Amino acid sequence: MDSCNCIEPHWPPDDLLMKYQYISDFFIALAYFSIPLELIYFVKKSAVFPYRWVLVQFGAFIVLCGATHLINLWTFTLHSRTVAMVMTTAKLFTAVVSCVTALMLVHIIPDLLSVKTRELFLKNKAAELDREMGLIRTQEETGRHVRMLTHEIRSTLDRHTILKTTLVELGRTLALEECALWMPTRTGLELHLSYTLHQQNPVGYTVPIHLPVINQVFSSSHVVKISPNCPVARINSSVKYIPGEVVAVRVPLLHLSNFQINDWPELSTKRYALMVLMLPSDSARQWHFHELELVEVVADQVAVALSHAAILEESMRARDLLMEQNVALDLARREAETAIRARNDFLAVMNHEMRTPMHAIIALSSLLQETELTPEQRLMVETILKSSNLLSTLINDVLDLSRMEDGSLQLDLETFNLYAVFKEVLNLIKPIASVKKLHVSLNLAPDLPEYAIGDEKRLMQTILNVVGNAVKFSKDGSISISAFVAKAELLRDSRAPEFFPVPGDNHFYLHVQVKDSGIGVSPQDIPKLFTKFAQTQSTAIRNSGGSGLGLAICKRFVNLMEGHIWIESEGLGKGCTAIFMVKLGIPERLNESKLAFMPKVPPNLGPTAFPGLKVLVMDENGVSRKVTKGLLVHLGCDVTMVSSSEECLRVVSNEHKVVFMDVCAPGMDGYEIAIHMHEKFTRRHERPIIVALTGNTDKVTKENCMRVGMDGVILKPVSLDKMRSVLSDLLEHRVLFEAI
Amino acid sequence: MEVGQMQRRLVDYTKTLFMEGFLDAQFLQLQQLQDENNPDFVVEVVSLFFDDSEKLLNNLSMALDQPNVDFKKVDAHVHQLKGSSSSIGAQRVKNACIAFRNFCEEQNIDATLRCLQQVKHEYYLVKNKLETLLRLEQQIVAAGGSIPMIDMGF
Repeated sequence: MDSCNCIEPHWPPDDLLMKYQYISDFFIALAYFSIPLELIYFVKKSAVFPYRWVLVQFGAFIVLCGATHLINLWTFTLHSRTVAMVMTTAKLFTAVVSCVTALMLVHIIPDLLSVKTRELFLKNKAAELDREMGLIRTQEETGRHVRMLTHEIRSTLDRHTILKTTLVELGRTLALEECALWMPTRTGLELHLSYTLHQQNPVGYTVPIHLPVINQVFSSSHVVKISPNCPVARINSSVKYIPGEVVAVRVPLLHLSNFQINDWPELSTKRYALMVLMLPSDSARQWHFHELELVEVVADQVAVALSHAAILEESMRARDLLMEQNVALDLARREAETAIRARNDFLAVMNHEMRTPMHAIIALSSLLQETELTPEQRLMVETILKSSNLLSTLINDVLDLSRMEDGSLQLDLETFNLYAVFKEVLNLIKPIASVKKLHVSLNLAPDLPEYAIGDEKRLMQTILNVVGNAVKFSKDGSISISAFVAKAELLRDSRAPEFFPVPGDNHFYLHVQVKDSGIGVSPQDIPKLFTKFAQTQSTAIRNSGGSGLGLAICKRFVNLMEGHIWIESEGLGKGCTAIFMVKLGIPERLNESKLAFMPKVPPNLGPTAFPGLKVLVMDENGVSRKVTKGLLVHLGCDVTMVSSSEECLRVVSNEHKVVFMDVCAPGMDGYEIAIHMHEKFTRRHERPIIVALTGNTDKVTKENCMRVGMDGVILKPVSLDKMRSVLSDLLEHRVLFEAI
Repeated sequence: MEVGQMQRRLVDYTKTLFMEGFLDAQFLQLQQLQDENNPDFVVEVVSLFFDDSEKLLNNLSMALDQPNVDFKKVDAHVHQLKGSSSSIGAQRVKNACIAFRNFCEEQNIDATLRCLQQVKHEYYLVKNKLETLLRLEQQIVAAGGSIPMIDMGF
């Protein structure tokens, strides 16, 4: 214990100092021991702290420091080597641990610091996320609101309901103070306050449409904030009321034409309505973006809904109008029918009632005429008779005309003598004509049938009327009446373009033309001639005493007979030609031969027995050729002339029914031609009938003709009657060899 | 002269022609063929006859003038003339032609020459008569009357 290495203190230990050191060391040791305890305690509490190992180290360091200081307590006094040893060990350990800790801390402290920054960062992020969440939630809510609003708006087609609902729902969703809708007036120059949310009956506020604020709203497709002081926002009549923030949006009023087939509607419509929304003035609310969006979407939906409603209204209105019109038309039709029935009844009655007195007047006046009368009396009776005749004619005409217009007039068809009709007309007209020194000539075509089927009385009436007009309106000159059967080519007359008669087997078209050299008609009056009661200037000049109905009735009759009537005139003073064509039937019993009819005709009207029969005549001699042709043409044939055998063979065809050839010229071999023709037309019915005309009276000629297959021989010269009978025999029997 | 008188003159003249044998019934047939569709038929046929006959007579003269008379040709011409005259009803001409043909068959030159003269003579006669007749008809038509039909009772 003597070899103590401890250093002898150079100064005697001060007691006070030593005491204080002692106490301090003690407390330090205490602190050093308690700190790790606290650390351990709190670390145990928190599970998160990541650096336990560091804490342990730190704890060890602190404990050792405390131990060191504790052991230091013993070194103040004399201490043994053990204590010194312990002290040294403790100090060594402490040194090691503290160095290690120090080194560790170099690594750890930056980490700890960065934890702090990360914490800050995370806090920021959390705040942001919060914000975003808030946004999404509001958007979703907006969407929900829009859907709900749209549903409400579109659930009705009534315009008022749509608008009212819009305002109500918007007001509710956005908690608005007031919401108003301004619609353009009819003139388009003003906006009229149509709907408001809270005010029940908006008075007729109008605002001119060209205010700058309104233009601003209309030109933007978005919601526009407007000043609370502008006229559209001042809807509350109370002066003190100042609304909160106000926005306005345009609502396009779409028309059907705005919807293109493939595109969305063009917003080039000119008409907009204005929707104004006001927030409550007492809250300090601002318009949020999502709210504005909501308003825009709603405005669009409203536009569509409104146009649907408008279209529906239109169609409903149109349908109502149509129904009304239908009812009116029905009523009118029934009234018209009643009127027609009434008129028919009236006519039926008057027909009889009017005619009876007329008949009495006429009959008795005629009887009176027969008695003894003074000249004055006679004159008076004649006047009475003339007037009553006129009246009777007028009544008949009127009644006839009205019956014809009904369609109740029917023709009485029967077989009658056509020639007799014309003769009758001539007889009736001759007295008057001769008094007026008018020359009347009647020209009936030879091919006109003697008998025809039709309405004789009305045909006569028509002819008489037309001829009577000609006589009436001519002061002098002549009147020519001609009648013939209308030929097929002539039936299509350019003067009557709508008239397409079709010739047939059992009917023909009678063409009658009455030409006069009277005062004529000016061309512009011609169409009026056939209208009822229309009298032209020229007709009014002549006191004809007619009613103007004559030609109208003729036209009706002619139409009933499926014909056409027209008048031609070159002008006033140049005479007039009346032409009409009517369809008449051909009586059956006269239709014996398959070709045509052979009527018994008066001798001065030469008949045609073979209309249109195609005949070929071959004759070298010009004169006899001409004579034969004349014969055949007179009989109505269609004659082709040839002068040589080659020409004959060239021209002949199966259209020619008969070939007449002159065989008596020497040197000309008609026989050869016959042989050739037999070769050419192998079938019997195609071949024309070959007839030889010869001046030779010998048997040889006849035999030769028969030998070569000719169908007949005729001796020249041929008379008209002979030719006629020859032709008819030939066509019936196909052979004729007259006794030479 | 008024129309009725002219018509009577025409009728008389025509009657004499028939009685003298210049015209026969064929001429009446021709007149019957004339109507309003064919108003100048008779005139046309007669004119044609005149032209034809002149030509034929010239040909006949020439043919018979030859040193070697071709009787076949002569016969052909006479045949034509006969045909024409019979078609028109010039009876005497026709008869003369018939006689002519007979002599042609006999090939008798002298006789044929004589016949030619005869035919010519007859032809000019009938031509004269026909022209007169036609002139009369024209006058009647010009005066506004109509040509009367002659009933000869043949």
